[in-house]
Amino acid sequence: MQYFNPVEVLDREELEALKLSRLKTTVANLYDNVPFYRKKLKEAGCEPGDIKELSDLEKLPFTTKDDLRDNYPFGLFAVPMREIIRIHASSGTTGKPTVVGYTAKDIQVWADLVARTIVAAMGTPDDVVQVAYGYGLFTGGLGLHYGAELLGATVVPMSGGNTKRQVRLMVDFGTTILCCTPSYALNIAEVMEEMQISPKDTRLKSGIFGAEPWSEEMRKEIEERLNLSAIDIYGLSEIIGPGVSIECQEKAGAHIFEDSFIPEIIDPTTGRTLPPGQEGELVLTNINKEALSLLRYRTRDITHLDISPCPCGRTHVRMGRVTGRTDDMLIIRGVNVFPSQIEMVIMQIPGLTPHYQIVVDRVGSLDILEVQVEVTPDVFSDEIKKLEELERRIQDEVQSYLGVSVKVRLMEPKSIQRSEGKALRVIDKRKI
Amino acid sequence: MKVKQISVFLENKSGRLYEVCDCLARHNVNIRALSIAETADYGVLRLIVNQPDEATRALSNEGFTVSETEVIAVEVPDKPGGLAQVLQSLYQERMNIEYLYCFVEKSGESAIVVFRIEDLEKGIEAIQRAGFVVMQGEDVYKL
Repeated sequence: MQYFNPVEVLDREELEALKLSRLKTTVANLYDNVPFYRKKLKEAGCEPGDIKELSDLEKLPFTTKDDLRDNYPFGLFAVPMREIIRIHASSGTTGKPTVVGYTAKDIQVWADLVARTIVAAMGTPDDVVQVAYGYGLFTGGLGLHYGAELLGATVVPMSGGNTKRQVRLMVDFGTTILCCTPSYALNIAEVMEEMQISPKDTRLKSGIFGAEPWSEEMRKEIEERLNLSAIDIYGLSEIIGPGVSIECQEKAGAHIFEDSFIPEIIDPTTGRTLPPGQEGELVLTNINKEALSLLRYRTRDITHLDISPCPCGRTHVRMGRVTGRTDDMLIIRGVNVFPSQIEMVIMQIPGLTPHYQIVVDRVGSLDILEVQVEVTPDVFSDEIKKLEELERRIQDEVQSYLGVSVKVRLMEPKSIQRSEGKALRVIDKRKI
Repeated sequence: MKVKQISVFLENKSGRLYEVCDCLARHNVNIRALSIAETADYGVLRLIVNQPDEATRALSNEGFTVSETEVIAVEVPDKPGGLAQVLQSLYQERMNIEYLYCFVEKSGESAIVVFRIEDLEKGIEAIQRAGFVVMQGEDVYKL
């Protein structure tokens, strides 16, 4: 089984035609059924009939998270509530939650997309898929769940947390595919070591990890410690949830399922579309959904697109790793810093764990960046001199890579809080 | 001729030293000598105990970062100039000391100096040549 749905290998010409026809339908539908979009399109001087080719997409206005919040809870739905069979919502830590709805067909489309991602992770109906993403309003748990069921795999709906039990059942049930956030995967690996269970005692072969940015170094670490092949899944609830894109076994970019979403990369400041290959903000347009379709949704995720053909045979464009978010970008003394860049530096130093935290504070008018890392037996020395060398090494490497000076603080093992979902990487104490 | 010293990484927060000692107490480990080197954020606790392997195991199991290092313990007469003479033997060989700490034996006649130097073998030779007793590990643990 190399792919789940033949549309994944559709030739480019047919795919472009499919995208255009679906885009036209989506824009017409939004114009007719969502007052917010009708107004927005009129203000931008667009009529549904103006969409004649795919490049006309650039004429359409952007949608932002604020638009979702302003229309809280159901203002952007294009169908009557009677047709909505499921609601999900984001946690709303930064304001009102953003609410999304699905029709019965949307749930089928979504399950199909997720089934594709599990097949990309070498999944088959014979697999046992342990879903350790949170179940509930968060799209991760139920998203993977429905996809795995559609594929015909055996689903173990664990949800997040209760890590010892996760490990025990993983062994007892013969889990072959683990789905969770990458930071939680590491937490599981650690607990497994504490329980003196070797990954060889499990039948794990693949991991589908996502919902937070992670680095290539972290992939290596997870693959080694859990003895599986780790691939990156990407998605966001506003667009559908997990299943917007998935890495194949080439592990060189994640295929965006273009039959359902049209990706663009823009310059986050000017809003101008950038050519393929250039890094910028990912913008997605839904073209295969009924209840809630967003036009040119600004994901805030920073990445690039790769249009070169992939040896795996899938024809859909690939996106690079998300290297940061326009909204978790820290501006330290005028320099843009992404937590993922600091992670990359940390993970290149042998003996350090990927458990780290970044604390930003302001002393007087100066921003202070503190990077907290844990001291493992591998890097510990009884000589202060050597510990100070380690601190200096991290400082120097962060400085040369990011151009910002940081303070490094060595912490005891396990003193940095472990993730059971999305890891909390940055604590910003600045009062601005 | 070498003595096992265990080192523990400790963040500067209240109660951590107590927790190390409490762990050792629960495992019936007796501390022979102890020193702490500290910076603003953390400290390194160095210990010589009666059962180094047991202590290392117990502390690691409770989540402490622990390492074992070999050091030299030298018996030095407890009188003015005692330490100076030992240091002289190392100085003559141009050997640098990473750190040292001392404790006094129960009898009060001699003090014991614990040294960490880069080349332990060479250090032991130099100290013995100067006529000092380099103690066996077992003897130090038993003190």
